[in-house]
Amino acid sequence: MSAPAVPLTDAPGSAARKRPRAAKPAKAVGQKPRVQHTGAILAFVLPFGTLFALFYLVPIGYAIYQSLLVIEREGTFGQATEVFGGLTQYILVFQNGPFWTSIGRVLTFGAVQVPIMLGLALLFALLLDSPLVRGKKFFRLAFFVPYAVPGVIAAIMWGYLYSPNLSPFSAVTENINFLSADLVLWAIANVVTWVFVGYNMLIIYSALLAIPAELYEAARLDGAGQLRIAWSVKIPLIMPAIILTAIFSIIGTLQLLAEPQVFRSFSSAVTSTFTPNLTVYSTSSIPNFNLAAAFSVVLALATFILSFTFLKFTQRKEAK
Amino acid sequence: MSTLTPTVPAKPARGLRSTEGKAPRAQRESPFARVSAMIVMGVFTLYFLVPIWWLLVAASKNRSQFNSTNPLWFADFSLFENMGNLIAYRDGVYLKWMLNSAVYAGGGALVGTIIAGMCGYALAKYNFPGRELIFNVVLGGVLVPATALALPLFLIFSQISLTNTFWSVFLPSLVSPFGVYLARIYASASVPDELIEAARLDGAGELRTFFTVSVRMMVPALVTVFLFQFVAIWNNFFLPLIMLRDETLFPVTLGLYAWNSQVNQIPVLRDYVLIGALLSIIPLIIIFLLLQRFWRNGLSAGSVK
Repeated sequence: MSAPAVPLTDAPGSAARKRPRAAKPAKAVGQKPRVQHTGAILAFVLPFGTLFALFYLVPIGYAIYQSLLVIEREGTFGQATEVFGGLTQYILVFQNGPFWTSIGRVLTFGAVQVPIMLGLALLFALLLDSPLVRGKKFFRLAFFVPYAVPGVIAAIMWGYLYSPNLSPFSAVTENINFLSADLVLWAIANVVTWVFVGYNMLIIYSALLAIPAELYEAARLDGAGQLRIAWSVKIPLIMPAIILTAIFSIIGTLQLLAEPQVFRSFSSAVTSTFTPNLTVYSTSSIPNFNLAAAFSVVLALATFILSFTFLKFTQRKEAK
Repeated sequence: MSTLTPTVPAKPARGLRSTEGKAPRAQRESPFARVSAMIVMGVFTLYFLVPIWWLLVAASKNRSQFNSTNPLWFADFSLFENMGNLIAYRDGVYLKWMLNSAVYAGGGALVGTIIAGMCGYALAKYNFPGRELIFNVVLGGVLVPATALALPLFLIFSQISLTNTFWSVFLPSLVSPFGVYLARIYASASVPDELIEAARLDGAGELRTFFTVSVRMMVPALVTVFLFQFVAIWNNFFLPLIMLRDETLFPVTLGLYAWNSQVNQIPVLRDYVLIGALLSIIPLIIIFLLLQRFWRNGLSAGSVK
């Protein structure tokens, strides 16, 4: 677990990076090997540490354990017992067509929605940071307000806005059926975008505010316009913040659950295996916990690998 | 409305860039660029706020006017009457849900912030073996989405008969790896070692130093952690969905979801879903407004430093 986590320390920026490096030489030279304030350290770390172990580490271990079991019955109605089944559940996962279709669906979703959402967030952050826009406080707040709407509530609200007869924009929704099988994925993408653009904008905007003004002055004296400054000075400097938002967005996309679950009551096109997490939920409601656990493990691994690969890829690119 | 799909509004954005590009150095902030920028911001203000405006208008109408009057403007203003009906429905179950959400999110975020702050502080300010290991494991936890843990938590809790209880939703919500990460970064940047030494010389214990001196310097980070933890718990859906059967334990998101999936059988629920959705977002908006000063600074500390 520790090895893959290390690069993240580097990604979000300098302080996270400086800290361990500054600490290491000190350790190597060796102040005092004796640890001081052991009791206080335990008192500080144990409350979080215990809960983290109980509600993060143990569940991960337990899910892996459950996914290795199979249920055996003696006869059709006999006593059911759980026995070790090796990778049986994982073979079932890999043979499960709808699950992989749903993985493909959320990947398509992410490939389109994440760049649009982060592109908009970046554009708004740059505009808020430029002298072009008046009333910054208002816009910042107005764009951020949707983040206060829980995903479930946002989905319910947009569900009504999309519906052919209840929508205030019925002139549009009578002609375009946003809840049809072809469009419902993108209707959900719009809900997610609506909720999260402002949040991502704020993270990027905070990063922009932290850039020292002298850097712009130098560029201005060289005759660079706003666009040029944004492209050559600002964007490279806020790359860590953009990468951070991208990773959280990728994780969020693979875990999509609340919005499609709500849309099931608006559109029959959203099936019980529409996204990977819906598959986990419906499999556990059967109930087939061992298979559901295997789905969970595969999904968590896929999420981890994807965000980790993205991190590595962007870091290599940045280094060049 | 051009604001209905995310792809359409992207066009004015591209237009703006090209116009800016055409006049790169002559005049820096041409009136044209200003106007284009304001148009982009204006259009998207509509995109972000019109749905909430519609919800407010819809929640203020009685059922007969819902379909027959202008959907974006008020008819007879019966918002308070609708609220009364919502609260009275099924012995005030909606108020119960709001209260549950407040306890899950308020209590969970408060306790979660304190323990994350303590852990992050210790990781920043003390040298001890295993420190980096702990920090890296916690950081790995940031990458593990809460939804991935819901099912395994359910399986464990059902072993010890804790499913369908208050604790099954409350306890897992206390853990915020991101909070530890932010608290550590912020503590190492903003709490000077000299100050801790001074407190030690004055004879204050380590815990007391933390709660009386260090916490004050960490306030912006702690408020940020509290806020995002609060939002995360308030919005959490999968964990309560999978854990809870008893309606009186539901948070408001799960309750409204349950009503919304029964609208076809019980049409009156549609009114309650709309007014309930409106009321459920007000607490978060108020908290955001009140704590604005704090989270803006704390957020930049987490993402840039």
